[in-house]
Amino acid sequence: MRKVAIIGIGMTKFGNLWDRDLVSLSVEAGMKACHDANISQEEVEALYGGTMSGGLFVNQEHVAALLGDFSGLKNIPCTRVEAACASGGLALRQAYIDVASGMHDIVVAGGVEKMTDIGGAAVTKTLATAASQEWEAVYGATFPGLYAMVAKLHMHKYGTTEKQLAMCAVKNHKNAVYNPFAQFRREISVQDVLNSQKVADPLNLLDCSPITDGAASVILASEKKAKKLCKKPIWILGSGHAIDTISLHDREDITTLKATVEAAKQAYKQAKLSPKDIDCVEVHDCFTIAELCAVEDLGFCKKGESGKFIESGHTQIGGSIPVNTSGGLKAKGHPIGASGIAQVIEAVLQLRGEAKGRQVDAKIAMTHNVGGTGGTAVVHILGR
Amino acid sequence: MTVPRIWRKIPQYYNLIGKKCQKCNSLYFPPRDVCTHCGEINLQNYKLEGNGEIITFTVIRTPMPDPEGEIIDIPGRQIPYIIAIIKLDQGPCLTSEIVDCSPGEVKIGKKVKSVFRKIVEKGPRGVIQYGCKFKLI
Ligand SMILES: [Zn+2]
Repeated sequence: MRKVAIIGIGMTKFGNLWDRDLVSLSVEAGMKACHDANISQEEVEALYGGTMSGGLFVNQEHVAALLGDFSGLKNIPCTRVEAACASGGLALRQAYIDVASGMHDIVVAGGVEKMTDIGGAAVTKTLATAASQEWEAVYGATFPGLYAMVAKLHMHKYGTTEKQLAMCAVKNHKNAVYNPFAQFRREISVQDVLNSQKVADPLNLLDCSPITDGAASVILASEKKAKKLCKKPIWILGSGHAIDTISLHDREDITTLKATVEAAKQAYKQAKLSPKDIDCVEVHDCFTIAELCAVEDLGFCKKGESGKFIESGHTQIGGSIPVNTSGGLKAKGHPIGASGIAQVIEAVLQLRGEAKGRQVDAKIAMTHNVGGTGGTAVVHILGR
Repeated sequence: MTVPRIWRKIPQYYNLIGKKCQKCNSLYFPPRDVCTHCGEINLQNYKLEGNGEIITFTVIRTPMPDPEGEIIDIPGRQIPYIIAIIKLDQGPCLTSEIVDCSPGEVKIGKKVKSVFRKIVEKGPRGVIQYGCKFKLI
């Protein structure tokens, strides 16, 4: 396999962007990434685009051809990648495999979701399609409801508290203040989270990531091209991808996302690194409990100890392993298909030393993108 | 769900008909056609008893739209309602609703048994789907 670098990044503002559509968001992110890589779109040889549900969100399928067309990519292979909320991370992995294999030298990996054109009830329904329709959703299991059951069991088994869950959201909001692309750039308190509207016990509204529009793109290049085109290439050191049972109820331990454990194992092995080597990580915090599970399943603390780990400040900027310096899905926003790519953009900014107010000292960064309740997980390790 | 989609799963939804691996005796509910323990593809229908235990649960406090986007507002599933992962005494786990009790009564580890109930009703003249929910014993 060839070495592969990220040579360009670009994303839109994340938020409720009523004046923007799927195509314009995608094109903006793609053009920004080309500009950052100092290439023209004509030099791009292939595209992989992650989007969860063009069909249900904006009644549009055949998204790869549509977005490739309007981005000025003439007659090149463009592929849509779908793995629910892990669509973006998986698009990056497919692009990585493409370049590593020697098939192409310059490839775009992008992600997009336009979620706000339909009502909240329809969004809830669309998100629930990441779970089994016939064995979970039909009985009234919503997406927050499924993660709430993980939280309930985590609290029961390990004594994790609602306050510890809330602390993830508080930290992520604090980090997002320094991210100009984030949806929510304001601090919240633990009390704000605990007092917010109850969604599914023990999760409240501020435990949940929001409904967001946005797009993100990165440009990947082979070693030869990267060295020619880019002063600060960021190398993909490891890539992992695994599935697990689609339904929580089929898992031996409902508080462990085995897909995360296995994907991380692959990435660590390829990079010849271990959790102690990681300087910062973007984890998939679609709900606060998901951040707790991720911190454990990626190996930063033992199973069951994430509540105390977070409470003692380890995951803050300045802590032993800063988690979600971008603001995470919670505060940066969660345009489903774009999230996995936006995580990688944060990792690149941290490694380049361009993260400004939220900069940490990082040589090695990790990204962790989850589909559904852990049916899919994608993990990448990046380095300078 | 559409009529055929409900119709073809009536045995499973109404009577907890799962599958049993003919090689290693593993039981499955929801049913599967491939044994995930031993890889066998000869799995036969197997009726599960409806007794089990709550592994975890939550109280849903925001509305759940039905698959056509209408808010479900039927007796038995008004906000709040309780969903749980239940481990059947015979082994398999499933997701379902806990009924006939208040949210405060539900605890992890409590014993439950299945009851036949309305699951989803699609509008005033729509299809009604029935199936198994669970109640505390
Ligand atoms: Zn078997």
